[in-house]
Amino acid sequence: MIQTTAFSLLGLGSLFGFFFLILILVWIIKQGAPAISWEFLTSKPLDMDRAGGIAPMILGSVYLTLGSLLVALPFALGSAIWLSEYAWKGWWVRAIRIGVNTLAGVPSIVFGLVGVGLFVVALNFGVSLLSGACTLAMLSLPILIRASEEALRAVPRSFREGSLALGATRWTMIRTVVLPTAMPGILTGSVLSMARAIGETAPIWFTAVAFSMNQPYPTSMLSRVTALPTHLLYLTQYNPHYNETKPIQYGTVFVLMIVVTLLNLTAIVWRTRVRRKKSW
Amino acid sequence: MKNRNVDRYVFFAIALISLVTLTLIIYFIFAQATPFLQKMRLVPEGQGTVEKWGEHFTPTKLGDLFTGKWQPESDVEEFFGMLPMIVGTTVVTLGAMLLAIPFGLSAAVFVGEIGPRWLKDIFKAILELLAAVPSIVYGFFGLIFLSPYVREAFGLIGGKTGATAAIILSIMALPTIASLAEDALHAVPNAYREASMALGATKWQTIWRTIIPAASSGIIGAGILGMGRAVGETMAVLFVAGNAPFLTWNLFKSLRPITSGIALDMLEAVRGSAHYHSLFAMGAVLLLIALVMNWTAEWFHVRLLRRQGVREG
Repeated sequence: MIQTTAFSLLGLGSLFGFFFLILILVWIIKQGAPAISWEFLTSKPLDMDRAGGIAPMILGSVYLTLGSLLVALPFALGSAIWLSEYAWKGWWVRAIRIGVNTLAGVPSIVFGLVGVGLFVVALNFGVSLLSGACTLAMLSLPILIRASEEALRAVPRSFREGSLALGATRWTMIRTVVLPTAMPGILTGSVLSMARAIGETAPIWFTAVAFSMNQPYPTSMLSRVTALPTHLLYLTQYNPHYNETKPIQYGTVFVLMIVVTLLNLTAIVWRTRVRRKKSW
Repeated sequence: MKNRNVDRYVFFAIALISLVTLTLIIYFIFAQATPFLQKMRLVPEGQGTVEKWGEHFTPTKLGDLFTGKWQPESDVEEFFGMLPMIVGTTVVTLGAMLLAIPFGLSAAVFVGEIGPRWLKDIFKAILELLAAVPSIVYGFFGLIFLSPYVREAFGLIGGKTGATAAIILSIMALPTIASLAEDALHAVPNAYREASMALGATKWQTIWRTIIPAASSGIIGAGILGMGRAVGETMAVLFVAGNAPFLTWNLFKSLRPITSGIALDMLEAVRGSAHYHSLFAMGAVLLLIALVMNWTAEWFHVRLLRRQGVREG
């Protein structure tokens, strides 16, 4: 009797997350889908954001996200290679692991503040695409390192031993055997980290974002950009025409969710296919 | 011979990036916060205004940082009491945990110990999707969809309250708590389950008296890590918490947590002003809270691993 009650309560409790997930998804699709049109996706905002589209924001988000990956991936891959291929037990490994874990726990708004202090002011990049991408890169670093290390560790020992037995040096072995085998896993991790970065608002809010919509398309690394999440923040909190921009708000959320979901699905499908294809 | 080891040092140097980044973060937050903190400490009470940041600013004692009045921009006298924000973060986070921990744990126990195996895959997928939703989407959902319901349900004047933020944060912390707690339960050796059942315990007694206590270290770690997530969350709370910078412990009032306080003020604060530096001081407080939580969670996690290692081997 107690058991039945307890189990039913637990079962009900576990529906909480599921319930909200469905609710959010259905709500976004219902409200956002009508706002989507070809024009919405390909034109600039007009009339104080009350009309027009969100093309500059989509483009800005893509630039920022790709830029952050470009900055972070070489470092992350290098770290992962050291952690999985070169490091043995010791003080430095532990320190670096603690560093990665701690970095993963730093609140995103703190990255935003550091981005202002480091990239905008100290390195004098100004409020720009470059500053935003570098700030996002700091945030993606732990995710990318973990994912890449996992991918490298999944390469069987025998592959490495076979290569070394043929007389390859460690670096040759990594370059010709380990990295190509781990590449699909590393790409999956990169896609997931992009999905995370594209939805981040706080790190780019003070480091990259332009409010004035007079020059919405970024022209260089040092020009201000607008992005999907920051556009939504601007529309709901700062734009004087809160009610008239409602359709645009819903449309922006819809596009953002579609992009994030597609990136995640790509990663998941890719991961399952890679796992199935593995013959070892 | 010497050449053959170069690659190892190159990769070691690259691997230092995470420590370098962490050092930069800590350095820049504290370096930008110190001009403000120094002023707080050095200037005696009632010395009048100081022309330090190019605008008049009434110096305050360090203790005044933790008073309840936040009025960083004023023509007469500025106040930098951070207590409203610190209390705001505390109240909202505790409120969120009140929801997220029971729901997260029940999901972990149900899926890990009671439900069929196929449920586990669906469950993991749901958690992954929940974790993938950007925080601003949660915030927007909370603002437009949830806050009217909160207003109706509790008979409030406005729906943007600490409670609304707590509900949104509980959904956001759920994936962390549920999946880590499930991992902790999964790590309990099967021998425990078998031994308990062999002694005649029912399934529920086994779960309640044997498995949960054995996994408690990991479960506590999961809770703390989820709490760390909630503390650091910015956009979701900015949209729904109301952001009134007044000191109150009432969850059903408009609250301003540290994160949204920083995000809101950073745009209007003049670079280099006392207000600007005070936001870095707030960031330092936030960073400290988040790091301590993370390290505590890590400590519980390591303890769990070590314990099980000892018991099994």
